[in-house]
Amino acid sequence: MEAIQYARPSTIDDAVSRLSETGARALAGGTDLLVQMRGGSVRPRVIVDIKGIAELRRVEQTPQGFRVGAAVAGAELGEHTAFAAQWPGVVEAFQLIGSTQVQGRASLGGNLCNASPAADSVPALIAAGARCTIAGPGGKREAAVEDICVGPGKTSLAPGEFIVDFFFATPPAHTGDAYLRFTPRTEMDIAVVGAGVCLSLDANGRCTAARVGLGAVAPRALLVPAAAAALVGTSVDDAALAKLAAAASAACQPIDDKRGTIEFRTRVAGVLARRAAVAALARARGQ
Amino acid sequence: MAKHHVSMTVNGEPVEFLCETQQTLLDVLRDELELTGTKEGCGTGDCGACSVMLDGRLVCSCLVLGVETEGRHIETIEGVAQGSELHPIQQQLLEDAALQCGICTPGIVVAAKALLEQNLNPTETEVRYWLAGNLCRCTGYDKIVRSVMNAAAKMREEA
Repeated sequence: MEAIQYARPSTIDDAVSRLSETGARALAGGTDLLVQMRGGSVRPRVIVDIKGIAELRRVEQTPQGFRVGAAVAGAELGEHTAFAAQWPGVVEAFQLIGSTQVQGRASLGGNLCNASPAADSVPALIAAGARCTIAGPGGKREAAVEDICVGPGKTSLAPGEFIVDFFFATPPAHTGDAYLRFTPRTEMDIAVVGAGVCLSLDANGRCTAARVGLGAVAPRALLVPAAAAALVGTSVDDAALAKLAAAASAACQPIDDKRGTIEFRTRVAGVLARRAAVAALARARGQ
Repeated sequence: MAKHHVSMTVNGEPVEFLCETQQTLLDVLRDELELTGTKEGCGTGDCGACSVMLDGRLVCSCLVLGVETEGRHIETIEGVAQGSELHPIQQQLLEDAALQCGICTPGIVVAAKALLEQNLNPTETEVRYWLAGNLCRCTGYDKIVRSVMNAAAKMREEA
């Protein structure tokens, strides 16, 4: 059997060229790739370790927003106090992935590109309106997080493309985000349903903008504009929250499996979206 | 393709080894460097028996490739005791009889030490969440958690 090659490029161009080879796989934290290799579901011809590229490993703040490298680990992002203060929902979602040990390695780019419908960070990234910078043979392009996954294990990235970083635009004052998931256990589990909400309020407490992301209720994480629209223009009162919950449930196209039934997931998506909205509201109010 | 030649430090000592791409850090520690204190449980990052420190961060060595560790600093269970003097966490696990078969214990010690190095006064909840990735099929966890709390209390007294 042919030996697996290992490459550790230090530039984006070199990484694109290696990732364009047949059988190339990107390695960031390895918490999915190494498990898949051990299980025999993946046998790369070349492993391209993208952690040697500076752009993928940094967290940068400008007046326009935060740029977070795709290979930054959960523990590292959680320790970035300015990011954690602005995007607590993203951090709480990211840090639900696996154990302390997994947090030392797992990355946002990997969690997204593994394309599990139940990935915890993805609904929160969608709610936050995060945008990806993608490098590839055709140069760089941008895409919204919700446009990356197309189905279980499948992304819209072309051969040779990989995610360089995520951009989080500085939100207006009085913005809050939150992520909640349902699991039978409190730790070390995979979401049965996940819900991320980000909302902004004006000086009078009226919701001026909202985004709602749902996970584990469809072949890929969903942006649910109808659920967000239920909040905009309201004071996020009970009536608006009830509409949001109904819209979230209506957007679900879940499967039945050992972790939850279609009926359960559909109902819980509404409940969790509502609770996440209440948590985001409290943060937007500075509570 | 030839094997990769990798230089790193383990417990402060420079080491060199040859490995193939798919060999994990765990494989390298056990099979190439004969440091068999680090255990393999699941091999998929779920059980934490293979916990080591990689440049000061707690990781599962089964989820790190050996070739990735070029120039990195690794700390394993073999570096926890100072000669014949056990680390307070090791001593306390013995005194509290907080181990049975012992397979999970090296990982528990490495993980608990990492916690106490950043927080010498953790709550029980913090200990339980921190160690959620270290599975133990024998003890039921209660003795381990209490023992880590006891070790922390003793280390606070001595600090």
